[in-house]
Amino acid sequence: MKKGLSKTTRSNIGTFLIVIIAYIVCEILLATGTMSSGLEGLLVPCCYYIILSVALNLVVGYLGELSLGHAGFMCVGAFSSAFFTRAVQNIITNQTVRFILAILIGAAVAALFGFLIGIPVLRLKGDYLAIVTLAFGEIIKNLVNVMYIGRDSSGWHISLKDQISLHLAADGEMILSGPQGIGRIPKESSFTAGFILVLITLFIVMRLTNSRDGRAIMSIRDNRIAAESIGINITKYKLMAFTVSAALAGVGGVLYAHNLATLTATSKNFGYNMSIMFLVYVVLGGIGSLRGSVIAPVVLNLLLDFFLRQIQLIGDNPVIGFISDNRMLIYAIVLIAVMLVTWNPTMREKRAALFSKSRRGEAE
Amino acid sequence: MSFLRNLINGISLGSVYAIIALGYTMVYGIAKMLNFAHGDVIMVGAYVVFVAMSNTMPAVPAVLLSIVICTGLGILIERIAYRPLRNASSPLAVLITAIGVSYLLQNLALLIFGSNPKSFASVVNVPDLKLAGGKLTITGETIVTIVASLVIVFALTAFINKTKPGQAMVAVSEDQGAAKLMGINVNGTIALTFAIGSGLAAIAGVLLCSAYPQLTPYTGSMPGIKAFVAAVFGGIGSIPGAMIGGILLGVIEIFGKAYISSQMADAIVFAVLIIVLLVKPTGILGRQIQEKV
Amino acid sequence: MAAMLEVKNLGISFGGLRAVNEFSISIDKGELYGLIGPNGAGKTTVFNLLTGVYKPDTGVIMLDGKDITGRKTIEISKAGIARTFQNIRLFGGMSVKDNVKAAMHNHFVYSPMAGLFHTSSYRNAEAAMDGKAMELLKVFELEKDADLMAVSLPYGQQRRLEIARALATEPKLLLLDEPAAGMNPQETEELMDMIRFVRKKFDMTILLIEHDMKLVSGICEELTVLNFGEILAQGKTSEVLKNPDVITAYLGE
Repeated sequence: MKKGLSKTTRSNIGTFLIVIIAYIVCEILLATGTMSSGLEGLLVPCCYYIILSVALNLVVGYLGELSLGHAGFMCVGAFSSAFFTRAVQNIITNQTVRFILAILIGAAVAALFGFLIGIPVLRLKGDYLAIVTLAFGEIIKNLVNVMYIGRDSSGWHISLKDQISLHLAADGEMILSGPQGIGRIPKESSFTAGFILVLITLFIVMRLTNSRDGRAIMSIRDNRIAAESIGINITKYKLMAFTVSAALAGVGGVLYAHNLATLTATSKNFGYNMSIMFLVYVVLGGIGSLRGSVIAPVVLNLLLDFFLRQIQLIGDNPVIGFISDNRMLIYAIVLIAVMLVTWNPTMREKRAALFSKSRRGEAE
Repeated sequence: MSFLRNLINGISLGSVYAIIALGYTMVYGIAKMLNFAHGDVIMVGAYVVFVAMSNTMPAVPAVLLSIVICTGLGILIERIAYRPLRNASSPLAVLITAIGVSYLLQNLALLIFGSNPKSFASVVNVPDLKLAGGKLTITGETIVTIVASLVIVFALTAFINKTKPGQAMVAVSEDQGAAKLMGINVNGTIALTFAIGSGLAAIAGVLLCSAYPQLTPYTGSMPGIKAFVAAVFGGIGSIPGAMIGGILLGVIEIFGKAYISSQMADAIVFAVLIIVLLVKPTGILGRQIQEKV
Repeated sequence: MAAMLEVKNLGISFGGLRAVNEFSISIDKGELYGLIGPNGAGKTTVFNLLTGVYKPDTGVIMLDGKDITGRKTIEISKAGIARTFQNIRLFGGMSVKDNVKAAMHNHFVYSPMAGLFHTSSYRNAEAAMDGKAMELLKVFELEKDADLMAVSLPYGQQRRLEIARALATEPKLLLLDEPAAGMNPQETEELMDMIRFVRKKFDMTILLIEHDMKLVSGICEELTVLNFGEILAQGKTSEVLKNPDVITAYLGE
């Protein structure tokens, strides 16, 4: 064991290595043409799923609150950044610069929403917070679908009704057209960009949780009253965790938006079912485990797909067929099972006792 | 006249919300948890009636069958998924499990019935009421829904105030530990609460689908969440609160649809939640609970 | 010399119940003071009033000459009161060392950016915190368990960790709520030694709630006895314990 490095630091380095190795393996497979185009298309989604899971884990695993609105923050990040990209497309022609700016804007706008929604909401706890964040996500999705924004030589036009009421001049162009969303987005997301953003997300969350602010956040999770008694500002740190998490979810949204030609907000991509999907990743990966949040989306999207397909190639297996057709059903069962096994107080005590015994043995 | 029509539609929809909200508010008050799967029990109830009536069962026995099955389902869910986590160190555990149960019910329905909407035949056999010389029609469904919700609220209030199991519920909601010491069967009381809530969900499902006859595996989830908003609006834990909150929310939703924007109706409902929690987190009839230190 | 804690006519009602009434106390710097009384006498309520969990209806609380009446918990912590809880409230999911470091929150400050990029202010503060945390853990014989999860500690050590955490806030006044509850006689003995040691080493003023009469009479110089929210007796330990009212209310079985 390396001396001077704490257990968390070692584990964090391990997580980084896993991500880097996975990236290199994928790049080799891509370069040699071994990877099917179906799997290749899943690489960028895997990246934003990882970013969203890690972001949500900051709230669920470290702050100890449940957000069902992360699809909403993702939506905010996606639309604000895609809007920006379309708006400055002819002004900033350097793709990299424009994409970096888009990421910063997506993160900043999502953070702003996280902060604004956090102020009233974070006074609430547990169930209420979950339902309010869910409500927030639905409101955002609804709002995006009734907004029409276009521009012409006389400037910007905004309407909450329809395209016609914008009264665009002949030279005008629509940028956001209600349910039709934002079209003609340049495809700027790439696997490498996604990989870098995953690393940055992990870096931010790891550094945050290993700092004084992170300890404050975790102390609120473990015992709010005790945290207050040692002088920790509950609201401030709840807001901090929530805002950072929202910003990262926004970054995931930027990656998502720039991976598509047309960005729309539907209940499929930004509804609360998507937020619940992120929660599934967090729970199956392990609440509070960043490594788990990296692995779970990859296993559940990429590897599972890959293996199921391989097995199906060998022979038509009804069980495998059932699993691949009813994946959500299996996830739900596994989610319940994981919660029952890991959070049942009696099971927990037994494991804690076992853990403490083995650690003690190691120390002596 | 359109105002009146909207008002009646709102009250009708709100009455369904109220019935669902009753289940939420009872479970929240007594088991101190948000039963996220409650909305999906509605969907199960509606499918049971759908299947029963497709197999030529008359409406009344079909509804009774649905109530029985949902009651059993509620007890089963509580026993298997929630009870083991009741004393978990994190309050999130049971909430996340409830989300898992919701997910499970939806996907089971998807597996059995597919995603295509089933057209639900109304179970209501009450003639429409024509008022103002035929200008205003109140449908039989509306009348039955409003009457049913009123009957349920009064029956439930009487049950809680006048019967022993009802009083046990009050005791458990006040202080589980003390209730146990008094010899009250806490597990049994919580199971009973789930049973009643789920039975009501079956009724709500039938009424909802009679008024809006499109049945899919996701039919219950949005009304379920809105009904929770209604329960919070009225004051969580309060039975009259659930009724008032439900009806107000239904009226707000229908008016929002009619006078503001049909696409924004859901957003308006959810904005109500955020405003209520900002202005009066305890809701209209709720009370503050102090945490013990 | 002015008292470290000066409380006058403190009172609070819950509904119609007067939980604490006309509570006055004066604790000198460096004193070890005991607050005793039967169950439900209002002892923990007094702690909750002193730490801002409840706002008093009446009365004044002065800490080291500063009025802290009605302040919020976090401000009172900053002003210098730290506490433990009757039902242990540790940060179970954090390591033993991090429990203590969390309590140094307001003493070693660096910006989130410093934490993100591990600047020198981060490294210096963390190193200082580590040193101080280990020092405190050593006092409570917990240094070997520094990296264990707090939740996996045995009960007695959890109680000690809670005291260590309270001390890490560098308080002027330490409130201990039944520190020996649930401990066996040997553990209680060790705990008494630790409390004495802490008091000497940190020159700490301590107010402790206790049921264990042996602990109280063994280490407290002065006592206040509460009964039904009112002060029954107050003064030197030996005298209070002889008071016939106290004997009937509290000691007389």
